[in-house]
Amino acid sequence: MSIEIQGINKFFDRFQALNDINLTIPDGQLTALLGPSGSGKTTLLRIIAGLESAEQGRILFSGRDVTGLHVRDRSVGFVFQHYALFRHMTVAQNVAFGLDVLPRRERPGKPEIRQRVNGLLEMVQLDHLANRYPAQLSGGQKQRIALARAMAMRPEILLLDEPFGALDAKVRKELRRWLRSLHDELHFTSVFVTHDQEEALELSDQVVVMSNGSVEQVDSPLELYARPDSRFVFDFLGQVNVLSGTIGNGIIRQGDAWVKLPRGCDDDDGQLYLRPHEVRLTQQPTREAHLPFRIEAISVIGAEVRIELKPDGWECDELWEVGISHSDFNARKPQRGDRCYAVPEVGHLFCEHLDEPKTLNWH
Amino acid sequence: MATTDLSARPARRLGAPVSKRVLPGFGLSLGISLFFVSLVLLLPISGLVIRAGGMGWEQFWFVISDPRVVASYKVTALAALAASLFNCVFGLLMAWVLVRYDFPGKRLLDAIMDLPFALPTAVAGITLATLFAENGWYGQWLAKIGIEVAYTPLGIVVAMAFTSVPFVVRTVQPVLEELAPEDEEAAVSLGASDWTVFRRILFPVLWPAVVTGGALSFARSLGEYGAVIFIAGNSPYVSEVISLMIFVRLEEYDFPAASAIAAVVMGVSLLLLLFINVWQGRYLKRLHGG
Amino acid sequence: MATPRHRRVGDSPLVRRSLIGLAVVFTVLLLFMPLALIFVEALSEGWAVYVGNILDEYTLHAIGLTLFVALLTVPLNMVFGVFLAWLVTRFRFPGRKVLITLIDIPFAVSPVVAGLLYLLLYGGNGWVGQWLGQYDIQLMFSWPGIVMVTVFVTCPFVARELIPLMQQQGSEEEEAGVVLGASGWQLFRRITLPNIRWALLYGVILTNARAVGEFGAVSVVSGNIRGETNTLPLHVELLYQDYNAVGAFAASSLLAGIALITLAVKAIVEWRQSRL
Repeated sequence: MSIEIQGINKFFDRFQALNDINLTIPDGQLTALLGPSGSGKTTLLRIIAGLESAEQGRILFSGRDVTGLHVRDRSVGFVFQHYALFRHMTVAQNVAFGLDVLPRRERPGKPEIRQRVNGLLEMVQLDHLANRYPAQLSGGQKQRIALARAMAMRPEILLLDEPFGALDAKVRKELRRWLRSLHDELHFTSVFVTHDQEEALELSDQVVVMSNGSVEQVDSPLELYARPDSRFVFDFLGQVNVLSGTIGNGIIRQGDAWVKLPRGCDDDDGQLYLRPHEVRLTQQPTREAHLPFRIEAISVIGAEVRIELKPDGWECDELWEVGISHSDFNARKPQRGDRCYAVPEVGHLFCEHLDEPKTLNWH
Repeated sequence: MATTDLSARPARRLGAPVSKRVLPGFGLSLGISLFFVSLVLLLPISGLVIRAGGMGWEQFWFVISDPRVVASYKVTALAALAASLFNCVFGLLMAWVLVRYDFPGKRLLDAIMDLPFALPTAVAGITLATLFAENGWYGQWLAKIGIEVAYTPLGIVVAMAFTSVPFVVRTVQPVLEELAPEDEEAAVSLGASDWTVFRRILFPVLWPAVVTGGALSFARSLGEYGAVIFIAGNSPYVSEVISLMIFVRLEEYDFPAASAIAAVVMGVSLLLLLFINVWQGRYLKRLHGG
Repeated sequence: MATPRHRRVGDSPLVRRSLIGLAVVFTVLLLFMPLALIFVEALSEGWAVYVGNILDEYTLHAIGLTLFVALLTVPLNMVFGVFLAWLVTRFRFPGRKVLITLIDIPFAVSPVVAGLLYLLLYGGNGWVGQWLGQYDIQLMFSWPGIVMVTVFVTCPFVARELIPLMQQQGSEEEEAGVVLGASGWQLFRRITLPNIRWALLYGVILTNARAVGEFGAVSVVSGNIRGETNTLPLHVELLYQDYNAVGAFAASSLLAGIALITLAVKAIVEWRQSRL
């Protein structure tokens, strides 16, 4: 079931929480609403569910207008951030709740309810906990029960609010993979809210980046990471190195630092954005780039060696970060305080007069 | 653009479904609550306001400034003040002991703290009067050192103190429970004495709660009737409380006078209530940074 | 180090012991002794006299009237309290804070003033009273008046117990219930009520204690007619003024018993809630 969001505006008193949101969420896909806190992503999710109403705009499920439909009748599955398990009911009673409250005519018989609950608990691999109470479960277990409860009504749309927000890193990763495989198996349309870009990029088919109540960009994770539309998306999706300068004669320059820009660029003020893996480190400047640094810190933990660089003879707001392989690191043994030069391979140029960034390639 | 001008806010779409609230029962609970509050609280109160307002300023002033009435204001206010001061000290002590220490019988002590709220005031009244009577359990000892409690203004203080014991205890207790041990530990490790730490670190956090509890206790004491009349002696100009004055005027079928005095009492009570609400809101904000 | 290190203020044995001692002595003098006195006085002339006092015609009538008043007042205020708490904790609307403050008025107003409010409105000279008088309906100086002022005096208790709890629990569970298709009544019956039942019970018990024990307000509107409009607390006063102290304390012992039950229920409720 696809979801269409048309012209949604939402106010909390004078604060505009959502600003003219238009969005299509394709059938059977896993979509992430990604943004910092206060960006309106949870509000949007609650509007899709019908837990919140918008001042303007429409919500359509597979072309059917559900804007005026009460949550109760939208038959969506919703997983709350803090699970919202009924604390006085057992796990099995929690999962059975949706079936138990059906009108008598539609309600399945007791044995069938029991059977379906067992099936759901098996699906989330927690059938041995059927008679426990929520307070006796770990965070990850609660999350799975909340999911089983939401799935009991066989919804075609599943909405999840920060589903892994309250879990520790290891359980988080595990549950993420499990949710992905569950989704691939059952193919419902899912939307989840997260502020963790790694989670969004790893888990989803489509990412919606939001900030200040507006949609910044909608794209597949790969596209989004490779070609961010705006400075905000760039900043939000991981570490970025920035050179702010003035462009003249095809060169961007600030203090001692300069980089030759490959193709014709107009004279303007601009910023060159570079991902850590799009930069090489050398002992000497090249003909294309002169970006002098002092090594500020070296971190050898992880798949790559992470080197933090402090500009030498020019300025930037945050330190640069570059990753080099362990073998490179062992061959060269850079030390803290050493001087070195950065050489860009791929970069993204933002100029005052350009709406979209220009992706530059030095090879 | 996080905020926008109010004028940018679109008018609610005409023809949109009326009930946009997710949880059910807004209309029903609003209706019942407003009906109940209007009928039970607001209607009788407005009746008093109109009755008192209708009697003309001069007569109103004449009634409420009658020397016997003025004497009862003084007795009531002074006794309530003394009782709530006692409760501030006693309440702080009890809250401290109940939160900080473990000892056998603590649960019982904690539970009995609410006795004055649960015990009918008339029962409290005759009990205290009997205890402090000349030949009573306490009275006979106090008589030996020349202290008379029953049928004196001191008796009023005792009755008021008894009926409002729980206020300070119950407002200070949660604040004490929430105190993080780190501040104290830091101060103690810097070499401060216990008394200094209490004065400089703990008291500044506790006193707003003590004031709230004290104000609640004061408000309650101002209106106390049942517990007081049995022990007060009720002699005009000396030991009549204001609630009794209203009652006396009623028994004389002097409804205008009773209404006028009641209006004064209620005005003061409502102001106190407002003060307590505002005060509580402010210091809760400070504590929880809301 | 020779001296024992204490971690927090007042942890040294000397301070600890003297503060506990002081607290215990004061509590015994201020609270336990009065409680004991009630039962000692009530039984001072033996069990036979005690039972005789309780079974006295007027005392029995006062007990009956008091229970009748409580039976009408408590359910009414329970229903009102639940609706009000639901309203102010589950919805935002203009005037919400005013409503929460208004509900505290009966706590702030002197019971005598409360009684007077009703007497002025519904008494023989009052607007409503005069109008009702035309139909020979008299509310004041009879049981309806007693019920009305008791409702006034006890109306905040249930709401005051429920509001903080429901605020703290939040409405996520109820929202989850709605998403799963529960109707309004199912929501209340199966999700809200189980979560608030202990606080509700305590609120009801408090309402009951106050309804049974209200003195000032009731004494203004009752007329103190023995065997007719005399509630138990008023009866205590009458007996005491008749110099029948033993009888007064016998009647008081019943009220003190209700107070003790109230305290016990509170302790149990707090224990249950701390386990959640």
